[in-house]
Amino acid sequence: MAKYLLLKHYRGAPTPPNDVPMDRWTPQEVEDHITYMNDFAARLEGTGEYVDSQALSPEGTFVRSDGEGRPPVTDGPFAETKDLIAGWMIIDVEDYDRALVLAGELSAAPGAGGEPIHEWLELRPFMGSAPTVTE
Amino acid sequence: MDEPLLRELTPAVIGVLVRRGVDFATAEDAVQDALLQAALTWPDGQPADPKGWLVTVAWRKFLDVRRSEVSRRTREQRVEDEPPPGPAGSADDTLALFFLCAHPSLTAASAVALTLRAVGGLTTRQIAAAYLVPEATMAQRISRAKRTVGDVRFDRPGDPATVRRVLYLVFNEGYTGDVDLAAEAIRLTRQLARTAGDEETAGLLALMLLHHARRPARTAADGSLVPLTEQDRSRWDTALIAEGVAILQAALGRDRLGEFQAQAAIAALHADAPRAEETDWPQIVGWYDELLRLNGSPVVALNRAVAVGEADGAAAGLAALAAVDPAVPRHTAASAHLHEKAGDLSAAARLYADAARSASTLAERHHLTRQAARISQALRG
Repeated sequence: MAKYLLLKHYRGAPTPPNDVPMDRWTPQEVEDHITYMNDFAARLEGTGEYVDSQALSPEGTFVRSDGEGRPPVTDGPFAETKDLIAGWMIIDVEDYDRALVLAGELSAAPGAGGEPIHEWLELRPFMGSAPTVTE
Repeated sequence: MDEPLLRELTPAVIGVLVRRGVDFATAEDAVQDALLQAALTWPDGQPADPKGWLVTVAWRKFLDVRRSEVSRRTREQRVEDEPPPGPAGSADDTLALFFLCAHPSLTAASAVALTLRAVGGLTTRQIAAAYLVPEATMAQRISRAKRTVGDVRFDRPGDPATVRRVLYLVFNEGYTGDVDLAAEAIRLTRQLARTAGDEETAGLLALMLLHHARRPARTAADGSLVPLTEQDRSRWDTALIAEGVAILQAALGRDRLGEFQAQAAIAALHADAPRAEETDWPQIVGWYDELLRLNGSPVVALNRAVAVGEADGAAAGLAALAAVDPAVPRHTAASAHLHEKAGDLSAAARLYADAARSASTLAERHHLTRQAARISQALRG
């Protein structure tokens, strides 16, 4: 088994086809989207492939050491490339192909008009496992 | 074996040892040893004075440790140090332990952890689970807190307001996993109310009971938030409400108003309305005025503005809100609600969307996003 991190981004990735902000969806569309996400997580719990998922607030701060006692803090190096992460899900799956399938499913959560939002997800293997070698 | 009784007695026994000059960490270890011995021997017959028994055994455990640490020269001292026979003293020692665990030298997080450990008798594993941190992290936090208060002497009483604040923090953590921190906070506050007996502790207990009574109706089956106005009031726990109201009335009757009593009065007025439309908003605004007088916090001013909006109309609410610092959490959400009430739907939709982006929990974000979507749809016709 291999662990993968599915990163959901606020922005920074190419604009997906169905890019309508969530607050302009109908209440039913919001409901369907949340239900889809919950069902997805519940299903992976059922197959034993779910590890963890968390949502992150959009506010982030960039910090780096700038010598003793002076951590410079900025709102971001370049506003237009700021790559904010909205949340993540960790899955523990058989192999890379399975991780790809699940990431595709998660990305197809319904949005405006009930159409998949096709959001970009970043799929990252955890270190310490050989992602493509089946056990 | 009577586990609830043991958990109840634990803080008092630690308190006796601390009062006799034993440092906090050693006292707690000695009491743990005594509890272990109780677990082994009590099944054969519980002592007539369980607390006295625990104090005596814990004291001997402490002396055992001390004896091995110090040399045989001090052994003669032991007889002198033996506890006097007879029943153990009053419950004041529990109160001392509450003060110690809420000591101002501790951070709020440490005070909460130490209170749950020493007064509440929860295991480190349970506390770690409740706060979703690894057990080793919580163990470190607790032992650092113990070291911090290790040298504190009890020569003067601590500040009851600090103890109440710590208990309210525990209550507001809610619950995750097998430990219900809200229920635990209520249990500890009951204990404190019995020993301290002041109006504000009674007010805090009433407030917790009244909030707790509404908990079954506060979230839907899927975990989403149900706002007060939409809650199924038949799911409120009427026994808890009745108890909270009775405690509050007794406290208010003593005419020493404090913040928790005022907050409990507001909670009681909400609990008292059979339907949301029957809420006595003018009286709630009156209590917010009292609360603002006692504690001029902008959070109180924000909640008051919402109440004014209900009592005197959206325009009055928005006027009150205009005087509140916009940086206060939920300011945008309150503004959205009042704009919707005032009929300014496009402003409300925009504000709900803004509020959703800065929400602090996922449930709140989903709730506000639904509000924004609902109004956007209404605008589209």
